[in-house]
This record gives sequence, C-alpha cells and structure tokens, in this order.
Amino acid sequence: MKAFVRYAPLLLLAIAWQLVAHFELVSTTALPPLSDVIKAWIDLIRDGELVGNTASSLYRGAAGLALAVVIGAILGIGMAWWKPVNVLLAPIVEIFYPLPKSALIPVTVIWLGFGDGSKILLIFLGCMLPVTLGAFNGARGSDQALIWSARSMGASRLRMLWDVVLPSALPELLNGIRTAIALSFILLVSSELIVARRGFGYLIGFLGANGNYDAMYAVVFTVAFLGFAADRIYLMLVQRMLSWRQ
Amino acid sequence: MAAIDRHAPEGGPKGPMTLPELAIRFLRAVSLAGARAFSVVLLAILWEALARSGAVTHFQLPALSEVVERIWSDGLSGDLAINAGLTLYRALTGFFIAAVGGVVLGMAMSRLALARWFFDPIISVGFPMPKIAFLPVVILWLGVFDISKITMIVFDAIFPVVAATIIAIQGVERELIWSARNMGANEREMLWQVVLPAALPQIMTGLQVALPISLIVAVVTEMLMGGYGIGGAMMTASRFANSTGVFAGIVEIAIIGYILVKTMALIRRRLLIWHQEANAPSTA
Repeated sequence: MKAFVRYAPLLLLAIAWQLVAHFELVSTTALPPLSDVIKAWIDLIRDGELVGNTASSLYRGAAGLALAVVIGAILGIGMAWWKPVNVLLAPIVEIFYPLPKSALIPVTVIWLGFGDGSKILLIFLGCMLPVTLGAFNGARGSDQALIWSARSMGASRLRMLWDVVLPSALPELLNGIRTAIALSFILLVSSELIVARRGFGYLIGFLGANGNYDAMYAVVFTVAFLGFAADRIYLMLVQRMLSWRQ
Repeated sequence: MAAIDRHAPEGGPKGPMTLPELAIRFLRAVSLAGARAFSVVLLAILWEALARSGAVTHFQLPALSEVVERIWSDGLSGDLAINAGLTLYRALTGFFIAAVGGVVLGMAMSRLALARWFFDPIISVGFPMPKIAFLPVVILWLGVFDISKITMIVFDAIFPVVAATIIAIQGVERELIWSARNMGANEREMLWQVVLPAALPQIMTGLQVALPISLIVAVVTEMLMGGYGIGGAMMTASRFANSTGVFAGIVEIAIIGYILVKTMALIRRRLLIWHQEANAPSTA
C-alpha cells in the first residue's frame, strides 16, 4: 500500500498517456497509445529480437565496465600509494576527465570498426576515469592512524595495501563504479544509435527509421528500465558489501 | 610570532625577498609546473612519434602536428568559431535551464508535500535511467534543430541538480533555521539569506555533475542529428574517412570541456569563499 501511494504518480502519468493518445489529443505517430506499445513489446519479446539485441548490448557494457573497474581501480590506488605514479598520471587524468566521452565514438570506430570491439573500448575509456578518481580519493583518505598501527604491528607494504588501504578506499571506489555504470548505459546507447548493426540502441534507431513507433517506444522504455534496474541492483549489492561499516 | 621575531634580524628586512630566496622559490615553481607538464608533453611526443613511425596507418592516427594544423586552419576560416560556438551555446543554454529549473523544482519538492509526492518517484526512477535512449522520441516530437538538442540536454542535466538541491536543503542545520526564525526573519529572508546560502555547497556539487553531462549530451545529439557544431563536424569528417578532422574535433572538445570544468571549479571557490571547504585542498 505504501509503495502504491509512493509510485502512484507514475501510474497517473501512464493513465494520462493512454488517455491523451486514446482521444488523439496529439498525433498517434508521435505518441502511440500505451496499450499499443505494450502489445509491440510482447511481439518483440516473442520473436526474440529484443532479447537478442539486449544480450549483445549487455555483453558489450559488461565487458567494457569490467575492464574499466579493474584497470581504473588499480590506477587510482596506485596513484594514491606511489608518488611517482601520481606525478605522472594526475595531469593526464585531469586533462581527460572533463573530455565529453561521447566525442570518442568516431575514434573508437576508426580504430576497431563497427562491431563489439569499438563499443567495449569506448565504454572502457569512458568509464575508467570515474573509477580511477573514486579509488584515488578513497585510498588517499584512508585513516593515517590505521596505517601507522598496521605498520607498527609489522604488516608488509603489500599486506597493508590489501588489508587497510583497499577496504578504506572501498566506499568511494564503489561510488565511482556507480557513476561508471550510469555512464556506460549512456555511451552504449549513443554509440549504438550512431553506428551499430546490433544492440538495443541499433534497434531503437532501426525501428524509428522504419516508422514503427510503437515498437520504438517499447524498446526505449525497456532500455530506460534496464538502466534503472542496473543501478538499483548495484545499490543493493553495495549495501551488502559495506554492511561491516556503520 | 616568536619564530618570526627570531628570524627577523638575520633574514634582513621582511618585505622584499633576497635574491637566492627568490631564485629558490622560482625554481621550485618551475620544477612543479615542469613535473605537471612532463607527462602531458610526453603524451604529445608519443602521439607524434607513433603516428610517424608507420606502426599505425595515417587513417588510424594522424600526427598531432597535422591535427593542430587542421585546428589552426579551421580557426582562420571561422569554422572553428561557428562549430565551437554552437556546441557551447547549446550545452550552456541547456545547462542554465537545467540549473535554474532543477534548483526551483528541488526547492518546491522540499517545501510542498504535493510536489514531493508527485515528483519524488519520477526523479528517483528517472535519475538512473539512460535518458539518451529517449533521443529518437524527442526527435519525433521536436525535429532535429536546436530546440530538440537543448531539450535533450535539459532532460539529462536536470536530474543531478534536483537531487543535489533536495539533499542540500535537507542538510541545512536546524539550529541555523531556528535561530534565523527566532530573530524574526520572514519567509523570503529565510530562503535567500539562510537556506540557499547554507545549501549552496551541495547545490554546486550537483551543478558540477550536470555541466559535463550537458557537454556529453550536446556532442551526442549533434552527432546524431548532424548540422553544425563540433559533434556534427566530427561525424561529417568520419563519414568522409577524414580522421584528421575527427581527432581535431576531439582536441577541440577536450579543451572546451577542460576550460568549462575549471571555470566551474573557480566559480565554486569564489562563491564559497566564506565556507570552510575553501581552505581544504581541492581534488582534481
């Protein structure tokens, strides 16, 4: 009941949509009725088009993101832990951080073509810096007293990295990964809209170009829902991972 | 104080520094700047060397010098000014609308129960969504010109501003509000002199998230809808397999992004000079 009251506005919007389209207050090409969109969605699921394209998009996203998290975290912690790495990398991070990552879309295509490779590279490049910065800020902020006491108890440098620095960097690192997940969806959809032969972004562009707007709306909302669901699932995982903290 | 007094007789007059002192300070500043510039210069040299070595084709990586030349000629012909100006105009217009609208909506949501009830699920569901997926829908409604590009930017950039504003207003200290009210502040004074200034740091953080998003979306919409603008120019160059043009676009947009983000950080420092964070070391 509480959830119902909370999400009632979304239901109101859906009803308003259906009514507006039903009484043709705006052209039905611009806004097909919700019921048609749901029908189109069921058809898309049935003929496997949506599932197949979604699977290839999610594969690209997951591969790029995994690379970005691993390499980004290593770079960030390295920057916080060894001064020379910081001196060398900080200016480069500072230059590339404000670069609108979508500008890299044509370059990744020049390098790796139209397939999976260029999307994975794009997502990797685009998502790495938020992770790096999160890991850097987290590792730099690790409690000095903890480091001292670990050292006085005879922990080796590597041991300290693993037992002290990494756990204390974790909250900010996980926050950086959350930003990266949101970014990965943006980059995935826009690169697939611009150049692709598979994936949900491609499907949106293809259906739109053919004037099949019911189905286009169905895919748009599916992608939006997937982005939302990915964020919520990630938050749940994070809460579990950080349950040792107060 | 004691330390200064003790040094004063030895170090001579306190005002102008002695020559060695000045030289040391100068050298230190230069070496710091050199260390910071070192890796950037190294990157530029590596780029040039890799492009000239023949390990990659000219199409894959044109030499940096050619890219700079191309930017220079674009600058002379006026193309650069038109494209960069249009991209900036779209990104900043969208950003300002999102900033004002987001702060107003956030304030309304923290004041009015009805606004909160209606918008809260929309914001919490809409924030993590990839709004860019709605681009074809926006094109369908508004066409491919500035209005749909700016709408898309506002749609993407407004969410972090609203979320930050709500959190900021929630975080304003109770004591501040109580004491202001106790001293007889009316509603308007409360808003302008107490709540907004106290909420400003968080709101600025939201704006600092929204600004790069505006640029990202501006470039994507230009790439998809074509026409002028840096994104459009990059797409045209890439269709003609003109990779020098593509790399020129990246360098241009990187410089614009860098300047905008730095300006925003500067504005933050100016606006929050009274706040304790102004003394704290900044990140990035």
